[in-house]
Amino acid sequence: MNTEDKGEPFDILLVEDNPGDAKLALEALKVGRLRYEAHVVEDGKQAISFLRREGEYADAPRPDIILLDFNLPKKDGQQVLAEIKEDENLKCIPVVVFTVSKADEEILRAYDLRANCYITKPADIEQLFKIVRSIEDFWLTIVKLPA
Amino acid sequence: MNRLILLVADQPAALKQIQGALQECGMCVDLSVAKDGVEAMALLQRKGKHADAPRPDLILLDLSLPKKDGREVLAEIKADDKLKRIPVVILTVSESEEDILKTYDLQANCYITKPIHSRQFVEIIKSVQNFWLNIVELPPPQTP
Repeated sequence: MNTEDKGEPFDILLVEDNPGDAKLALEALKVGRLRYEAHVVEDGKQAISFLRREGEYADAPRPDIILLDFNLPKKDGQQVLAEIKEDENLKCIPVVVFTVSKADEEILRAYDLRANCYITKPADIEQLFKIVRSIEDFWLTIVKLPA
Repeated sequence: MNRLILLVADQPAALKQIQGALQECGMCVDLSVAKDGVEAMALLQRKGKHADAPRPDLILLDLSLPKKDGREVLAEIKADDKLKRIPVVILTVSESEEDILKTYDLQANCYITKPIHSRQFVEIIKSVQNFWLNIVELPPPQTP
């Protein structure tokens, strides 16, 4: 379902512990015409609590898409991905792994854990901005997301 | 080395459009085609005459297929240790929310609805190619 058609904003969950990267991603998303609500969590435990609507996240919306960094405190991104994709209620939510590493083992592991795709975060700010725009363009305007 | 896309679709018109779109991109991409679900699995599992078939880097899969339905193909791909990592982009007519949800539950990497107008379709193919072959890190090749 493309929630934009119904006038509802997309809910994007950004799992990112680096405030600079989070800020950049949010800036990049702002440039687009789409209506969205970005939710940022800073570690793996918060990510799972948000998705399971536990504690302070009891009223959290269900995200339409998740951008997930692998390098996270408290609970590592790979563990978060595994938990999402093993959960009957959460596994259909697309997870875009967006992380620094280009290592083959990390990429393989992400796909083994059912990441929808793996994108390397560039060091260059302009490039990072462009990539976030590409993610938004592809996943929020072309792809049909699950309702 | 060229990337290889496996296109699984039974309609000749769709095939031509997709082939045309991929050529327009000017990227070095090879295209392999299967016209039904049985052929798709034979290619992927390297059965019979397809014993030497190269492994695709990306699969574009229509859900409506003769002989073996696309959903079944998707389920088989994602259950196969040798194939499950290959990203599967569903490219199909159905806009039904049930189909979309079921397909994501079956671990399709993404779901795209085929637009009616061919120009839009060409643009979508280009976007798919650009996103999956230029931006995404595809799984590195594993030993056959």
